[in-house]
Amino acid sequence: MVNWSLIWTEIPNLARGAGWTLFITFFSLMFGVAIGLCLAMLRLSRRWWLRLPASVYVEAVRGTPMLVQILLIWFGVFPMLGLNRAEAYYAGIAALALNSGAYLCEIFRGGIQSIDKGQREAALSLGMTETQVMAHVILPQALANALPAIGNEFVTLIKDSSLVSSIAVAELTYRAMLVAARRYEYFTMYIGIAIMYFAMTFATSRILARLEARLRKGSK
Amino acid sequence: MIRIENLHKSFGELEVLKGVSARIAPGETVCLIGSSGSGKTTLLRCLNLLEMPDSGEIWIGGQRITDPKVKKTDVRRETGMVFQHFNLFPHMTVIRNIMIAPIKVRGVSDGEALDIARHFLDKVGLSEKADNYPRQLSGGQQQRVAIARALAMKPQVMLFDEATSALDPEMTGEVIKVMKDLSGEGMTMVVVTHEMGFAREASNRIIFMADGAVAEFDAPGVIFNRPSNPATAAFLRSVIRM
Repeated sequence: MVNWSLIWTEIPNLARGAGWTLFITFFSLMFGVAIGLCLAMLRLSRRWWLRLPASVYVEAVRGTPMLVQILLIWFGVFPMLGLNRAEAYYAGIAALALNSGAYLCEIFRGGIQSIDKGQREAALSLGMTETQVMAHVILPQALANALPAIGNEFVTLIKDSSLVSSIAVAELTYRAMLVAARRYEYFTMYIGIAIMYFAMTFATSRILARLEARLRKGSK
Repeated sequence: MIRIENLHKSFGELEVLKGVSARIAPGETVCLIGSSGSGKTTLLRCLNLLEMPDSGEIWIGGQRITDPKVKKTDVRRETGMVFQHFNLFPHMTVIRNIMIAPIKVRGVSDGEALDIARHFLDKVGLSEKADNYPRQLSGGQQQRVAIARALAMKPQVMLFDEATSALDPEMTGEVIKVMKDLSGEGMTMVVVTHEMGFAREASNRIIFMADGAVAEFDAPGVIFNRPSNPATAAFLRSVIRM
């Protein structure tokens, strides 16, 4: 069933793939957080012409398959922007970041709206500007509340990043596909990387749970 | 100090303020009393522009704050406000809660802000709580910190919006004491309250509001002993029986 010796010899190759997976996931999340914050600000704006494009963007991203988004950005948008010589993983990170930004936007929006309106009034009554209220009073609280959700998004992105194999980014799934096809060892390779993905997501959520517990203890 | 002229404010169809006028002298403590829905909180919130009046004028210290050209932030830094639910910033320590506005709004240095914050924390008797977080404090202590936070901006006027209503009875005393001290020092104060004891003992004058208007505006002795408006008498009978 499982060809263990093949897995053994492919460990360096797969480990490098897993490294790429984590690299892509990490940067996608960082950019995704930035994009999500900007979108959340736009969606909470009082001006409809700022709210509308952000809402359309979020709905469009959430209503279309991530695979299609990745293909669109690599084969459609990158050439259009003249990025013909860019590495594929740039497109992978861009697609994942743009995608998770839409989901994170909703998380941040909810987090910001959940802050008691008395916080805003107290800050305003001290003479703070709207920007200061957001930066010093609302966002720090909203982000702290959103940390568990950001952690979940990281776990989701680890799994979703396998889709960038479709544009030949040499992350974990892509490397497994190549070996599997060359050696006709489909079951071995795919069960092998399934276990590796599980190890990464399980370890990540354990670490995050522990960080969260410590944060909560520290703030009490 | 404060001059209010013919103030009107509606929320949708509901007219909450129906032409309120009043003058408050520097150093005066004025209590706003009246049944809920009479417009006293809305009137108070107009004084620092948390609510924008629909029409009418307000002057504070010679400045017409209802002038559309006046920046709201400039008005608010001169008027401290204390809220029913304290609204301390939970992610900051007590001392940081007090320092943040002087630093960010007045632009004072961190060291100077620390001195200011320590001074006012001492004034409300909570020096030893400087490095605690708000949730580690009792309600009464939190409200005293909120008063110190407002005072740290060195406002010309202090506004209190039912500052003791959310407190357990045994904690109202410590907050009332701080407010009385402040009043005794000559701070100009406008106080929305259900504490008739405070209104009677600490205020120079009392505004009784009914149905969005000033029904009676007089010294506590007059309001409590010989109210001229039958609505005032009825209101006082109903609250004092409790």
